[in-house]
Amino acid sequence: MSKREGEGCPRMKTTQKTDDRDTGANLTSPVIAAFKVFQQDLDTKHDKHERLVKLSRDITIESKRTIFLLHRVTSVPDVEEVLNEADLKLDGVRLKIRLIAEELRGEDLYQYHRAFTPGIQEYVEAVSFHHFIRHRTLISLEEINTKLVFIKEPEAKDAPEGQQPMGTTQVLTFQVTPTDYLLGVADLTGELMRICISSVGNGDMDTPFQVSMFLRQIHDGFSYIGNTGPYEVSKKLHTLRQSLSKVEDACYTLKVRGSEIPKHMLADVFSSKTAMMDQDEGVA
Amino acid sequence: MSVPEMFSYIQGFLSADQEIREDIRKVVQVLEQTAREILTLLQSVHQPSGFKEIPSKCAKARELFCTVRTHLGELKTKFPVEQYYRFHEHWRFVLQRLAFLAAFVVYLESESLVTRDEVAQILGIEVVREKGFHLDVEDYLAGVLIMASELSRLAVNSVTAGDYSRPLRISNFINELDSGFRLLNLKNDPLRKRYDGLKYDVKKIEEVVYDLSIRGLAKEQEAGGDK
Repeated sequence: MSKREGEGCPRMKTTQKTDDRDTGANLTSPVIAAFKVFQQDLDTKHDKHERLVKLSRDITIESKRTIFLLHRVTSVPDVEEVLNEADLKLDGVRLKIRLIAEELRGEDLYQYHRAFTPGIQEYVEAVSFHHFIRHRTLISLEEINTKLVFIKEPEAKDAPEGQQPMGTTQVLTFQVTPTDYLLGVADLTGELMRICISSVGNGDMDTPFQVSMFLRQIHDGFSYIGNTGPYEVSKKLHTLRQSLSKVEDACYTLKVRGSEIPKHMLADVFSSKTAMMDQDEGVA
Repeated sequence: MSVPEMFSYIQGFLSADQEIREDIRKVVQVLEQTAREILTLLQSVHQPSGFKEIPSKCAKARELFCTVRTHLGELKTKFPVEQYYRFHEHWRFVLQRLAFLAAFVVYLESESLVTRDEVAQILGIEVVREKGFHLDVEDYLAGVLIMASELSRLAVNSVTAGDYSRPLRISNFINELDSGFRLLNLKNDPLRKRYDGLKYDVKKIEEVVYDLSIRGLAKEQEAGGDK
């Protein structure tokens, strides 16, 4: 703000004279009237954008927390309990997405897409992570989208619009775009890598192999898409490769040394290994 | 749905998307060509000889806008209407140029600011988003700002061509435009960047007016113009 004022000052001085004339005669001119309309248009647009950005940030924070919660499944006896808790959290996130859907009613989704895409990607990451832990499969785009269909209570604020007769339920949908889905899944691979490493520390010998199978499939999928996708996708492909190789290395070590090292010591081998990898990440 | 199935579904979506973009790009290229032709035509008003031919140049430009209308009509058919903003960046630039050209023609003809409705009418598109392919407010405003810098150039060249009254009229016009833009709360976006350039155009024209008035060249016309 102060910058703008600073820039404006010298000009203000030079146009002082004409300004006086403007305020005198031209306030009612068609040009000024037209710009008053534009001012309103732009302000409405910017306000909506800001509200969406705020919602998106809330969604990001809540989704990240859900992911942290889900990482606890490696160290607790009752997995189901954690999953149910995560489900509740995700329900909360969906309520926020519902608010986005309400903001976007009658608007072009892509006009404000930039405002909420980070949040949606994070949500995809959380929900697909949750799905993987429970079912060991990849959640599909349709499955995500069907959960984002909201039934609106009839007597809510629709009445003034006049189109819906009272008493009918109104359906509000939010569609995750394929690109957002793709980017969310790319982020998921990082979480999978972490859960793979930490599950070894827990003496779980199956999860690492399941994760590496799954990651390989996803990696193949991304290589199939290659550079036909948007630019961000090819950027994430690099990180995906790194995660995959970490998981594959872990599985390799398990296979080779698993037969030699007593089970209770394996954890130590991997905890030193993860420490090393974390350093790697810090550098990259 | 298995992982490979899911990815091939997404891949199908992406390649369909790319085809649409390819189609749009082709039409936009033709549009840019026409926009350049109109610009070349209108550029000649800066020539000393061009000042007398302004009406005929404008008439010719209006003819060329017919071609623009057909191309824009073609562009409309290339993608679903409700996905305007998904592909917006492909035609944003050319649409701003066309808005500028339309605004310039209208200014040369009537020395008034073109309204958004008029631009939409000249280009054969809509103003309201709900009705189909429309002219975004920001694109319209960007076009008007391009015209402002063109007018500051025109003020200089009209003095060279011996037309001393035009800079004064342009100065009034630009000042009004400037106070209009000052009503807007712009975010830190491309439009804001462009608007930041407006003050230099204002300054340039004020210099021209100053030069004229200090030499008494503007006097007789100003006296006539104010009445």
